[in-house]
Amino acid sequence: MIVASGKSIAEIRGLLAGHDRVLFAGCGTCVTVCLAGGEREVGIMSYAIRMARRLDGHPIEIEQMTIERQCENEFIADLAPAAERNEAILSFGCGAGVQAIAERFPEKPVYAALDTQFLGILEEQGVWAEKCLGCGSCLLARFGGICPITRCPKRLLNGPCGGSSEEGCEVDPARPCAWQLIYRRLKDIGQIDNLNDIVPPRDWRTSWHASPRRIVREEHRI
Amino acid sequence: MIETEPRAAGVEAGRCEILAFCCNFCAYAAADLAGSRRMQYPANVRIVRVPCTGKVEVQQILAAFERGIDGVLVAGCLEGGCHFVEGNLRAKRRVASAKRVLDDIGLGGERLRMVNLSASEAPTFVARVREMVETVERLGPNPLRMRPQHGVEK
Repeated sequence: MIVASGKSIAEIRGLLAGHDRVLFAGCGTCVTVCLAGGEREVGIMSYAIRMARRLDGHPIEIEQMTIERQCENEFIADLAPAAERNEAILSFGCGAGVQAIAERFPEKPVYAALDTQFLGILEEQGVWAEKCLGCGSCLLARFGGICPITRCPKRLLNGPCGGSSEEGCEVDPARPCAWQLIYRRLKDIGQIDNLNDIVPPRDWRTSWHASPRRIVREEHRI
Repeated sequence: MIETEPRAAGVEAGRCEILAFCCNFCAYAAADLAGSRRMQYPANVRIVRVPCTGKVEVQQILAAFERGIDGVLVAGCLEGGCHFVEGNLRAKRRVASAKRVLDDIGLGGERLRMVNLSASEAPTFVARVREMVETVERLGPNPLRMRPQHGVEK
């Protein structure tokens, strides 16, 4: 899922300084699961901003609405009447959600309430870890399902850097060395010979370095 | 002494108003016991019985402050003694997070407090309520009481 974290109350107060009537729009997908932009977080931030603005002597009216997904027009349509009633929209979606809403309502200012972080998993309650960089050309099959591009800070593809100590990463000893994990995993599944194959330098054009990516699949178009 | 009108029956004029979320298995029973023993404690505390402090949401705490409550007490079981194993520990973290919100917006996290006690501790319940009332009277009334109500969620 896409993992995000909430901006501070102070930052959001700053974003909304010029508005008196704002729609707080939550997203019911990834950011609900990572406890950053779902109905509950929208509610808490609404209370905080309303009280802060009353204390400042500039009350604000906030309408709350959480839709299933902010990154699809079909769901954004549900926001239209509420968007119409308000001066601006504060989106609790990921960066994709904020931009989808901004495109859908060109006449309204749309602000981001979250800092979108990464593609990751829930490691334990309240702890999320990055697992995928979305590089566009997946090499996981070679490495026993552990991604050195995401989990090795040096993005090395042909073994560890030599700076790792025991099992810890050189960059952050508290983090396991991705190459140690790969070695163990390949040994366990009987594919250690994979490491004999040299991985040539990556073509990073499949990643975002080239330009924003777009996928067209003709079989699904109507 | 706080110079405001009472908003609930039984609250003396000029006194603060405290909301106490009390766990059914400890603080509520302790409050009940305090009553049975005819122990005196300030009348400006309003008790909301909850099945566990783990049921109390940050939003409910903030809603109370938005409506003008001067202080909120979340009273749960002793740590390790929760009927639902860890409800009071979750409440502790939620209260800490709500305190940060109150500090950030300038209302002051001191107006919110979590206390732990067992069902037999009626004197502890009374003492904690008195301490909360003292704290809130020192801080003064919730400043939102004097602010326009525009935009309050129904």
